[in-house]
Amino acid sequence: MSQELKAAAPDTGLRIRTEVKAQDAAAAEVREPDIVIRDINLCYGSNHVLHDISMDMEDRRVTALIGPSGCGKSTLLRCINRMNDLIDDVKTWGTLRVKGLDINARTTDVIEVRRRVGMVFQKSNPFPKSIYENVVYGLRIAGINDKATLDEACERSLKGAALWEEVKDRLGESGLGLSGGQMQRLCIARAIAVEPEVLLMDEPCSALDPIATLKIEELIYQLKEKYTIVIVTHNLQQAARVSDRTAFFWLGRLVEYATTADMFTKPKDKLTEDYITGRFG
Amino acid sequence: MAEAPSLSKWKRGEPMIWLTGSALGLCILMIVGLIGVILVNGLSFFWPQPLQLLTLKDQSVVLGEVVNREAIPNPGHPDHLKRHRLQLRVGNRDLYGIDFRWIDESEIVKREAPHAAYLVERREYGPLLGTPVLLKDAEREVVRGPEAVGEALPALIRKAAADRAAIQKIEKGEIGEINYRIERARLRTRKLDFERRQDPSRDQAAARAKIEKEIAEAQALYAEKQAALEGIVAAAARSSVTFRSADGREKELRTLDIYRAYPANDLAWGARLAVYAGRLWEFFADDPRESNTEGGIFPAIFGTVMMVFVMSLIVVPLGVLAALYLREYAKQGTLVRTVRIAVNNLAGVPSIVFGVFGLGFFVYFVGGGIDRIFFPEALPTPTFGTGGILWASLTLALLTVPVVIVASEEALAAVPRSMREASLAMGATKFQTILRVVLPAAGPGILTGLILAMARGAGEVAPLMLTGVVKLAPELPLDGFFPFFHLDRKFMHLGFHIYDVGFQSPNVEAAKPMVYTTTIFLLVIVVLLNLTAIVVRNKLRERYKTGAF
Repeated sequence: MSQELKAAAPDTGLRIRTEVKAQDAAAAEVREPDIVIRDINLCYGSNHVLHDISMDMEDRRVTALIGPSGCGKSTLLRCINRMNDLIDDVKTWGTLRVKGLDINARTTDVIEVRRRVGMVFQKSNPFPKSIYENVVYGLRIAGINDKATLDEACERSLKGAALWEEVKDRLGESGLGLSGGQMQRLCIARAIAVEPEVLLMDEPCSALDPIATLKIEELIYQLKEKYTIVIVTHNLQQAARVSDRTAFFWLGRLVEYATTADMFTKPKDKLTEDYITGRFG
Repeated sequence: MAEAPSLSKWKRGEPMIWLTGSALGLCILMIVGLIGVILVNGLSFFWPQPLQLLTLKDQSVVLGEVVNREAIPNPGHPDHLKRHRLQLRVGNRDLYGIDFRWIDESEIVKREAPHAAYLVERREYGPLLGTPVLLKDAEREVVRGPEAVGEALPALIRKAAADRAAIQKIEKGEIGEINYRIERARLRTRKLDFERRQDPSRDQAAARAKIEKEIAEAQALYAEKQAALEGIVAAAARSSVTFRSADGREKELRTLDIYRAYPANDLAWGARLAVYAGRLWEFFADDPRESNTEGGIFPAIFGTVMMVFVMSLIVVPLGVLAALYLREYAKQGTLVRTVRIAVNNLAGVPSIVFGVFGLGFFVYFVGGGIDRIFFPEALPTPTFGTGGILWASLTLALLTVPVVIVASEEALAAVPRSMREASLAMGATKFQTILRVVLPAAGPGILTGLILAMARGAGEVAPLMLTGVVKLAPELPLDGFFPFFHLDRKFMHLGFHIYDVGFQSPNVEAAKPMVYTTTIFLLVIVVLLNLTAIVVRNKLRERYKTGAF
């Protein structure tokens, strides 16, 4: 079903989104949510950063993680594709499954995890290569060198990241010659070129101007037709605009997790209310 | 209050600006001075100077090129440093026994610049200075008199150059190839001898007969070529020119032995320039003559460049791999820090120590081992167990590898973490990330290390003297005989050439200008090698330029 939907996913947003929701509601009873997090804990050395986080993120929804700096939201995001492995002296326990794949299991290949879970970083980080090579990087490292396949993937991904029209005539130029917003969309194109199942976004707009931010937000709207998206953001309006569900973190704990509409209109927790009304944080 | 402005001037640091500026100025002055001295002395050497004919008080005459004038020291006397003397290059070593002569200016009664005074560069005994009087061909007089012979000379010299080229082609090319075949056959015979000692029962008759046949064929061919060569030499050597020196003695020279001759006082500017250019080109492109005091330095240029290339081919992979392990894979801790300090200190070890190590380890141990295993038939003549370009390059690679490691490590450390994370998050392994993202981004920095290494390697002499440089190498390390690159061969090197010509030469006075000119060429080559690397680095930088964040 997922394949079929992916194939059918059109470029324009809202109308189809409601259809997808209706179909998903039927499917949700028989299958597990896309991302299942159960009692995740994480320590940097002796510093206990995440405490017993449990939450589910559903298929083709945008989940926003919000909270003050240092609350652990980025750390949780990086648990999903095991980027925390790169840091020395990190200990994680608990269960985390992406589409049934146990992320932290001994038998799970971290390379496989990262192919299935794409990531977009706070600071856009294109490689010092041409735009084309940036987009097809994931395919190349997977051993795909067929020109036609790469060309097709490049065009599809750049269209998917709403960048195709701007760069189609200069694919051979350096990816570092683009503007900040274009570079971030290039990174998104690079992430979706390998057709991941989940897309993680770590404050993707924090270094961008409002217009570039708007473009990325529109893009997130389109992308959730095909991908399950988890986004960390400091911008509460952005969370309200783009996400379907929002999770509020405080001091390494998940305080509240609800649909975005509920979260911003009638928060259950006093802390959440204080944070989203700007009384602290 | 009056003190306050001057105090604040100190505090503002104006004297510091003067101090730092002066230090920089002093450095620039020294560099410009050094390069100036080398250029002036080196480049003026090839300019054809006029010849002076001096008549002395005792009525003797001297013809020569004035090369120096200095005050005569005579401490305690009133004329101390008041009188001067001239240094004259009189040439004609075969007649006078000396090349240079000091003449007291007070002894001179007359100075002239005579016509038809020729300076002749020839195969041996240094230059000849005199007047051409007679041209003979096969003992028969052709023309007589300075004018007539002088007119015939340029064509004769051109023919002599062509003859020498033809002779060299036969000697080095054809006869060289035959010698090479005979030598190979001889080595095969020695190999058979060696095998028979190991295993006396084996039948070697067929193999030996084959080798003997080959040798006989080669020797027949050799005799044929030798006869042809002798014919050419005899034909070319028939004509001769007789020169008369200033004091009236005559010297007959085979035209074949004349390299260049010009009437020093009768040259127009264009002709002078032509002589200058011709000498400069000869210096660049020819083999040395007369124990390196004449001729060119091409083998030394070639040896230097090839050695630097071989060294670079060894040092870059070695240094980059070591730096990759240190920076990317090793767990940063005390051990890695110690290794890093040790590597840095290795760069400060005197180069002669590396030379001794290269001789002991590479030449005697590794080279000797290779000889025992692969070339036992040639022993006791060593093949690799003696100095050669491979061992010299390896020694220099060892000497310069710390530079490359340090530069590469810094370049790797400068690759932003975000770029590595991007690659890893795409599902790349660490190996793929290093190969596809980290190394290309670190490329310009690694090349900087190579530039430093090349600059140091090209100028090193001490370790080379122990590991393969010679005063005169009969063959280049690259030629037309299989396997083309002869890494076991000894080679010539510009740095060693400077030392040899300047301090080991039998004719130091004549060789002095060669020191300067050789130095110019060494500097030019180092600059050219560096420029090439810098251009490549800038191209890479352009390609991998980081954006404006």
